[in-house]
Amino acid sequence: MANSQPLQVSKKSKFLDILGNWIGVIPFFIFIFVFLILPSTNLFIGAFQDTQGNFTFANIIGLQDPAILKAYYVSLQVSVITSLIGCIFGFFVAYAITIGKAPKWMRNILMTFSGLAANFGGVPLAFAFIATIGRTGLVTALLKGICFPASSGVQSCPFDIYENGFTLYGVLGLTLAYTYFEFPLMVLIITPALEGLKRDWREASDNLGANSLQYWRYVAFPILWPSILGAGLLLFGSAFGAYATAQALTGGSIYLVTILIGQQIRGDVLGNPNLGYALALGMVVIMGITISGYTILQRRTARWLKS
Amino acid sequence: MKTSRFNLWGLFWGTLALLYFFIPMYGTLDFSLRMQKGLISLRAYQIVLADHQFVESFLYSATMGIITVVISILIFLPTTYWIYLKLPKLRPVVEILTILPFIIPVIVYVFGLIRTFGRPPFRLTLTATGTDFLMVGGYVVLSMPYMFRAIDVGMRAIDVRTLTEASQSLGGNWLQTLINVILPNLRVALLSGSLISFATVIGELILADFLFRPALGPYMTSIGTTKAYEPAALTIMSFALTWVCLGIIQLVSRGDTSQQLTGR
Repeated sequence: MANSQPLQVSKKSKFLDILGNWIGVIPFFIFIFVFLILPSTNLFIGAFQDTQGNFTFANIIGLQDPAILKAYYVSLQVSVITSLIGCIFGFFVAYAITIGKAPKWMRNILMTFSGLAANFGGVPLAFAFIATIGRTGLVTALLKGICFPASSGVQSCPFDIYENGFTLYGVLGLTLAYTYFEFPLMVLIITPALEGLKRDWREASDNLGANSLQYWRYVAFPILWPSILGAGLLLFGSAFGAYATAQALTGGSIYLVTILIGQQIRGDVLGNPNLGYALALGMVVIMGITISGYTILQRRTARWLKS
Repeated sequence: MKTSRFNLWGLFWGTLALLYFFIPMYGTLDFSLRMQKGLISLRAYQIVLADHQFVESFLYSATMGIITVVISILIFLPTTYWIYLKLPKLRPVVEILTILPFIIPVIVYVFGLIRTFGRPPFRLTLTATGTDFLMVGGYVVLSMPYMFRAIDVGMRAIDVRTLTEASQSLGGNWLQTLINVILPNLRVALLSGSLISFATVIGELILADFLFRPALGPYMTSIGTTKAYEPAALTIMSFALTWVCLGIIQLVSRGDTSQQLTGR
């Protein structure tokens, strides 16, 4: 420890005492400062500077550019849709695991795979979906093979999805791929909450003559909504910040904020480096609101889960 | 009790989920085996494994992963220990700081890194060593939420204060206590933190791609745009690797990974 030298002045010893108390966390804070605070504040400052380094709000106002607004719109659209699907699907899967009394083997597989799939993303996820439901994928070929003889003698293949306007390499494909890690994440978050629903509550509500719908409407849902909403926010955030899957799946042709930032880093496509910083700042603000909401709701849930 | 209806309802969603899990897996596996027409073969795997670029990028990413894990433990283990021992009031602050990488998207983070360290006075991106240094720092940040939470959960389960007092009364200094007393009690937590950090680094694309380092992520993207069957084989291989890592965690922590994700 630092205060091993003999000390006469009490003031000095007090200072060294405090230092001794803090010395163990100093490397951590140095690291955080260099690799987290410094880059973040740098972007933040850049968002409020013009190219000469003078203070300006022009970059923030510049976010109203139609191209940027469109990127935000598509990003929000994809994230909202996938988080909604993930939320609903994941909720019912968690329901099947807990209250739905699925067979034990199924529960075990579902829980294990949720833990694995929630951490699965990036380029391999895109490849998996291309191999499955891409233009030459397995499922695409299977569906294409389902043909019926039509009246005119020509065969009609109603499930030839690429002939019918489906494409994996756009918003719909991205939704399919994101759902792969979104709903398992929901399962992981919501299962403890569903397990926390006490049997007595159900029995009490049954005894009072409530039917199943009334139980969910008046008992279970009011308890569960903070967890569900919180989980939804987390799912939204994980879709909103994703880059690798979208890049690998669409080759950068889809118009997301993350893709736009990527192009801005590579070659200043916006024609103003500081506008890029404002773009990034906008993302962080949205993510910050999302995760704060999640944290607040999570605390609310923890209160009754612990009891 | 009207259980039969509920069983069906649960069974329906469970089956749907299993299909969603397994169809892309099966599709990829099937695709990866069909490189030779009309034949099930491991040709795509052979080609990938024989590609020296694959071997090099894999070794590079694995090295980065190990360095990241070591540095993460060196930073977060003493910090967390210290917080439990002396500065419990600091815990909420550290908790928020370590969750920041969830709030800042990786693409934004790499933007900040390049803007900060790619220019004077640092100019780290000019040399390969400088860029690698930057990459490791970035990887430690990216794996920080997992590593910190794993150690935090592990430390909460043991009585750090009593163990430390016991060790000190036997004459151990704090470093000895940390290594000989605390560390052995945290094996499971450290293992799961390390494996998830390693898996994160191995599969990472954005940092390596924008810093132009020859890691596995950029290699996979480049293969994806030029080849058909090799990407599927690579996906199966990266599945296997990641899932072995995560599978071990589930095994040692008895399936309780939910704690890490919800950050309770």
